[in-house]
Amino acid sequence: MKALYSLFLVFALAAIALVGAGALGMEKAFGLYIPFLAVAVFVVGFCLRVVDWGKSAVPFCIPTTCGQQESLPWIKQSTIENPSTTGGVVMRMLFEVLLFRSLFRNTKVDLHEGTKVTYGSSKWLWLGALAFHYSFLTIVLRHMRFFTEPVPGLIAGIESMDAMLQIGAPTLYLTDLVFVIAVTYLFLRRVVVPQIRYISLVQDYFPLFLILGIAFTGIFMRYFAKVDIIAVKQLAMGLVTFSWNVPEGIGVLFYIHMFLVSVLLAYFPLSKLMHMGGVFLSPTRNMNCASRKFRHVNPWKFENVHYHTYEEYEDEFREKMVEKDLPVDKPLAEGAE
Amino acid sequence: MYDKNKILTGLAVFVVFMTYPFWNNIGSAAYVRPEIEKPKNSKECVESVEFMRAEHMAMLNEWRDEVVRDGVHEYHSKANHQVFQKSLTKTCMKCHENKDQFCDKCHATVSVSPYCWDCHVDPKGVKK
Repeated sequence: MKALYSLFLVFALAAIALVGAGALGMEKAFGLYIPFLAVAVFVVGFCLRVVDWGKSAVPFCIPTTCGQQESLPWIKQSTIENPSTTGGVVMRMLFEVLLFRSLFRNTKVDLHEGTKVTYGSSKWLWLGALAFHYSFLTIVLRHMRFFTEPVPGLIAGIESMDAMLQIGAPTLYLTDLVFVIAVTYLFLRRVVVPQIRYISLVQDYFPLFLILGIAFTGIFMRYFAKVDIIAVKQLAMGLVTFSWNVPEGIGVLFYIHMFLVSVLLAYFPLSKLMHMGGVFLSPTRNMNCASRKFRHVNPWKFENVHYHTYEEYEDEFREKMVEKDLPVDKPLAEGAE
Repeated sequence: MYDKNKILTGLAVFVVFMTYPFWNNIGSAAYVRPEIEKPKNSKECVESVEFMRAEHMAMLNEWRDEVVRDGVHEYHSKANHQVFQKSLTKTCMKCHENKDQFCDKCHATVSVSPYCWDCHVDPKGVKK
């Protein structure tokens, strides 16, 4: 139901662009104004979210330990899994951000012979996530060909690598294929696995369908219902150089694609997609595992914190404590019962 | 804010990357649609302009397969019912004789590098 709701939401968004840019002829709004606003919301909103997170204190030193901590000299430390130096933390963060180390640790719980609980390795999520994120990155980088003139060699290089199997014409981008498969897997996983379906919400399905919608409109424009690509570049270059004009005759499919991307960008800072910034701020990953070696001082301002002292605690629970024969500092007042 | 320097540095990097298309184009000349050289010796292509614009790559790909694998050399045009030889250099480039002024103009601007020229030679290019 939640999945269907998200799917219809994406269809509705596509319909808005279809009617708006197609029937009502609001190409300027859907090609220029909305995308520009979306980029502004994305960049500013992203920064505000991260600054907001930066303002909240981390009261305890809470790095998770995934290996031997630094200890006595003859005990071998796991320097990346349980770092005690800044260099080690940087390495751990690199593994986390670039290779999704935490997802690699994903395990699956199973019951064997009815009662035996077993934990098995489960790498599919890690593989799917890795395939998805790296194809998405490649696709975004490839799109820079519409925003640069002349196109930098690096971007052209990425593109020719992506099309290296030279299948068909226009040549098939391998990331298009991997991307659709990965997003489909990430969706099916939420539908097929009962535990994950139980915890999946509209805000889990919606980005997946939105991204899938973007992928399908893009793929259609490239391989099937082709749009005037030079006109697309004219529009894109106009957008980023603020000489806003809309060339004639770009197919409506392009505006649907553009609108879905705009929605994704504007939705980004409001949603779970903020893990893009959040991964860098994970206290369990980006802190030094030196909780025994150094004292972690609470970064809060102490005078602003209200303490619930033991006296207050006892005042609150004295009757119950006496009832259960627990020792109390102050005896129960006479006649209180 | 805690870890102010690190977080603000990270955000600065983020903003620089995300606004790349905007600052990269500051000061560059306005983008204009590339002008391609129109053939002087004929008025009509093998198919309509719209069809050719969208599907020329698929058509050439099909032509290659049909010629090389099946030995079918004749193309019957849907637009003007004429028969053409399926050949890049003998048919297409008879009219669009200059690769630099025709093919490359659009291909370069959208960073498309067709592998036609891995095997074919550009007739005009050789003379230069």
